[in-house]
Amino acid sequence: MRKGKKFMIELIHFEVAAGSFRLSDINMVIPSGKYGMLLGKTGSGKTTIMESICGLKKSNFGSVLINNINVTYKRPAERGIGFVPQDGALFSTMSVYENIVFSLKLRKWSTKEMEHRVGELGELLKISSLLNRSVVNLSGGERQRVSLARALAFFPEVLCLDEPLSALDQETHKEICDLLKKIQHLTKTTIIHITHNPIEVELLSDLTYQIQGSDVKLIFDRSKNKLMGVNA
Amino acid sequence: MFDQDPYPSRKNTLNVPSDTTFFLAFIILSFIYIFLLIGIIVADFKYVDMNSIKRFFNDPNIIYSLKLSIISCTVTTLLCLLVAVPLGYLMSRFHFIGKEVLDTILDIPIMLPPIVVGISLLIFFNTDIIIGLETFLQNFFNNPNLRINPTFTVVSVILAQFMVSCAFAIRSMRTSFDEISVRQEQVALTLGCSRGQAFLYIILPRAKRGMVTAATISWARSLGEFGPILIFAGSTRMKTEVLSTTVYLEFSVGNLAMATTVSVFMIITASIIIFLMRIWGNNQHEKREKIHD
Repeated sequence: MRKGKKFMIELIHFEVAAGSFRLSDINMVIPSGKYGMLLGKTGSGKTTIMESICGLKKSNFGSVLINNINVTYKRPAERGIGFVPQDGALFSTMSVYENIVFSLKLRKWSTKEMEHRVGELGELLKISSLLNRSVVNLSGGERQRVSLARALAFFPEVLCLDEPLSALDQETHKEICDLLKKIQHLTKTTIIHITHNPIEVELLSDLTYQIQGSDVKLIFDRSKNKLMGVNA
Repeated sequence: MFDQDPYPSRKNTLNVPSDTTFFLAFIILSFIYIFLLIGIIVADFKYVDMNSIKRFFNDPNIIYSLKLSIISCTVTTLLCLLVAVPLGYLMSRFHFIGKEVLDTILDIPIMLPPIVVGISLLIFFNTDIIIGLETFLQNFFNNPNLRINPTFTVVSVILAQFMVSCAFAIRSMRTSFDEISVRQEQVALTLGCSRGQAFLYIILPRAKRGMVTAATISWARSLGEFGPILIFAGSTRMKTEVLSTTVYLEFSVGNLAMATTVSVFMIITASIIIFLMRIWGNNQHEKREKIHD
């Protein structure tokens, strides 16, 4: 346990396996409030790492610490992580409003509190006009926004984004990019963003790790203005 | 260079085979079966006479048989759903040691002739263990009439229908759950759901159509069940007789007209149910036509 340093997300000697590959002895830290990124080619295991952090997949070895609490054996519901999968994965039988308040209903918030929170998120993410719509027929950009709102609703300490920009056209790409920066700045949530696109590193991240073979290495640290050992 | 054919002397014509032949062949093959199917149904309808129809609606045995059919099929369907939904979900979502073996065992009632299921049930409930258990409970509750062996009772009708129909319902529900992507469920877990809550709020609403399919299959199979009911439930009039065994009984005493009348009734019932389910299914489908998974 590290004393003195405040890391929000820590992976210690972490090992995951999925299908034919295995990533072992992963050591990653992301300080509180920072924008962390994990870069890796398609199939390199980045989604598996994210799923393990969220508790959706069992790890083989090692620990996950969120806000200095060991959550390795905790269920996803107990980890306080907001998860935004690729394509949003919105609840198809519910409206936008119902999607966003889903986590709040579980926490027994009052209707008034929920409405207020949805109002805040609607403004932050520019989705106030969509609230009563069914989630079917939303555009890609709208889906991402609603998915972000849903994940942020319960004030998670960590936000996990699985390739949030990959499926978007150029214009929406810029829109959501700016939005993500805004979210980090305003909510002070610690973010892990996984992607295959190296351009996003410079645009968004404070700290980037890259999957190189079966290792995970730190390749970019904005505070030290250092780019190191990148594998293209 | 790429826009010129290097072998200009070759004839570059394409002879596309006729589509008419293709469709004709497929239609003729299909028509053979459709013709037979419609043929046997029409033949049934033509064989029915007024006396049989009168008897059908007035004979107390037949009315009892009809009531028992409807009640037992409905109860069986509910039991099938009660088992098929959780089991289908578990088989769809989880991996465990021995899953392949369990998979095979669950498919056995589908592969076997149903009469084998009937005989197996008969033997199972007459093994020493069950008889011993029955005797023990009779002594324990001081009630010599207490029975746990349902052979030749109404319960046995339901049990016989259940053993076969449930296998189909489980398969149907499993396919249904396989088609519902895991992502929404995973998000629900991270938002604070237990597995049970995620199932209730996220999966179940999307499994409705699958449940209707499974229920329809169960109801239809239960109505059509014959062999195991004959063996395990017997076919005592005013006790364990259902429509399928009525057909057999009437046939075996030479009342072909009556047997046919009951058959026609079953054809009509089955058609109505299939039709209603189809309309309901299309209705649901239109409401959710553009859902992205």
